[in-house]
Amino acid sequence: MGKNYSLPADHELFPEGTTRCSLTKFSVWMGLVGAVALWGLYAAFRVLAEGLGVTGLDDYFGFGLWITFDLAVIALGAGAFFTGLLRYILNIDPLKNIINLTVIIGFICYSGAMLILVLDVGQPIRAWFGYWHANVHSMLTEVIFCITCYLIVLIIEYIPLILEQKQLNRIPILHHLAHNLHVWMPLFAGIGAFLSTFHQGSLGGMYGVLFGRPYVLRDGFFIWPWTFFLFVISAVGSGPVFTVLIATLMEKMTGKKLVSWEIKTLMGKIAGAMLLVYLVFKFADTYAWVVDVLPRSGLTFDQNFYQTIYGKWLLWSELFLCGVVPCAILLTPKLRNNPALFYSAALLDCIGITINRYVFTVQALAMPVMPFDTWETYNPNWAEWGATALVLAYGAIVLSLSYRYLPIFPQERALNATKSS
Amino acid sequence: METKEFTIKWGMAIDLDKCTGCGACMVACQAENNLAPIADASNKIKVMNWITVYELSNGKPYPEHDVAYLPRPCQQCGHPPCVSVCPVIATDKNEEGGIVSQVTPRCIGCRYCMAACPYHARYFNWRDPVWPGGLEKALTPDVSVRPRGVVEKCTFCHHRWMAAKDKAIVEGRDPMDLAEGEYVTSCTEACPNGAITFGDLNNEDHEVAKLASSKYAHRLLERLGADTQVYYVSRREWVLRQLDNYLEDEKVKG
Repeated sequence: MGKNYSLPADHELFPEGTTRCSLTKFSVWMGLVGAVALWGLYAAFRVLAEGLGVTGLDDYFGFGLWITFDLAVIALGAGAFFTGLLRYILNIDPLKNIINLTVIIGFICYSGAMLILVLDVGQPIRAWFGYWHANVHSMLTEVIFCITCYLIVLIIEYIPLILEQKQLNRIPILHHLAHNLHVWMPLFAGIGAFLSTFHQGSLGGMYGVLFGRPYVLRDGFFIWPWTFFLFVISAVGSGPVFTVLIATLMEKMTGKKLVSWEIKTLMGKIAGAMLLVYLVFKFADTYAWVVDVLPRSGLTFDQNFYQTIYGKWLLWSELFLCGVVPCAILLTPKLRNNPALFYSAALLDCIGITINRYVFTVQALAMPVMPFDTWETYNPNWAEWGATALVLAYGAIVLSLSYRYLPIFPQERALNATKSS
Repeated sequence: METKEFTIKWGMAIDLDKCTGCGACMVACQAENNLAPIADASNKIKVMNWITVYELSNGKPYPEHDVAYLPRPCQQCGHPPCVSVCPVIATDKNEEGGIVSQVTPRCIGCRYCMAACPYHARYFNWRDPVWPGGLEKALTPDVSVRPRGVVEKCTFCHHRWMAAKDKAIVEGRDPMDLAEGEYVTSCTEACPNGAITFGDLNNEDHEVAKLASSKYAHRLLERLGADTQVYYVSRREWVLRQLDNYLEDEKVKG
């Protein structure tokens, strides 16, 4: 049988009916990403070998870039559980066209966050103490429980995608396993939604319960401070558009249409609706913080901000430029259907949620609570950026391999056939 | 907000009008509790000091200018912000005496307790401890050294209490009824001005209990509700005002 040498050497592994770039081009791309990963691995090695002294963290900033990054990617990775909930539990069928990507992004975000935590925790070998000596009163305990369990759910959701790879799927047992896992997917989607809701909330709750830090302290309902609910809603208000942004980035890089505009705008509309709910609560929460939490702590609004680095511009940007503006665009059909406005809104939405996680993590620690103490500033160093770059590179590698070899975009064939005809 | 109560409540009263900021308490604490010296101590918020002396200023120009020095050990809160947040119960408020414990072999080093503590009383071991020039021979045998990657803090020299109790038991006395001064912290002992008074806040015969009930005694950030066991005494109104956050129109309590 003759071979077609014009096709990439690994074309037998490609999803049915799709084309991919040459193996050389792909290898160059993987080499570039691999170089970044190597730099990150070096940073990770230094941290594990010498301790966290090599980072820019200190006794005021026990949390820094890594925790901000973790909270941000966990929020933005919420597209996985929320889209799963809408697709499998509420039966919004068109979302099947993007659900695979949300699962992979969710997996990357959560496993990446875990990787960072291995470095960020001073004694990673004791990480299992979270189960063994669990303090049920700590929000962080719930985060440990739910994140580890949810990562397992994401792996279970990812496995059938891998098994559907063209060659693997020819093996009967793997084919049946993939099929059966698909049948059970609503169950996992349900478990995932439950776990994810709770740990998104607990991540917010972690800050809201800090009664020694009026910057983040919040009242709440029963054992949950308002930040518990705010973190859940803000995650579902940004996760779906983050998935859309990644899909679009992949389209730009591959030169192919992968997800239809209708699906993207549907995701945008869903995120916009959740963002609106979030903003209503966020404004109410900010108002209650200003008129109640701060005065009873003996603080004024102005005392919570410092120069440019921790200035009010962060709050105004989060609320208006990255909150109200994208929400208005995503919820107005005319604006939403303009691609430039739509993608800008998606980007602003994700930036706003990242600012929120940043100020809760870093500004809260920068602000002096003792009146005679001073504001301190935090600047992550190369080791922290390196490890963060490692996770980004890891994400790029997983996504690139998944795109090249797994059938993750059900619309790809149809969309690109239309394009070429 | 519930506060745990104990029969004995070890506490401290620090007279800010007596403290000269000499730092003897910090040195004594470092030696007593085996705090490893830091190779590069240029970044003052990455240096281990279980007790830190802060400088307070009234902010006025000369001749009204005035300063005060405030030694800040762990405040041993009755309602500690750090305890409930620890995911692995590596810190607890559960022992007679009311000292907030720190179980370093259990600490996973997540630093959530550090984020929770508004007093910055918690410190992280950023690197492996190094004892230069045979310094390890001068370590206090009763205090475990800590590895890198765990959080630690002032324990009110808990090992001294253990030693005092052991002594009482050997002498046939009740270890829960120690005489005043039988157990004091190393910083109390080292202060040349006698600015630090240590004892049982629940024992009316102890000097610390009397000082703590004085109208000049305030606690740090009292309105946050941590119910601390360290009292600060000063007759200067501007000093007392800096012990908590007050809105412009609010008067200093007491």
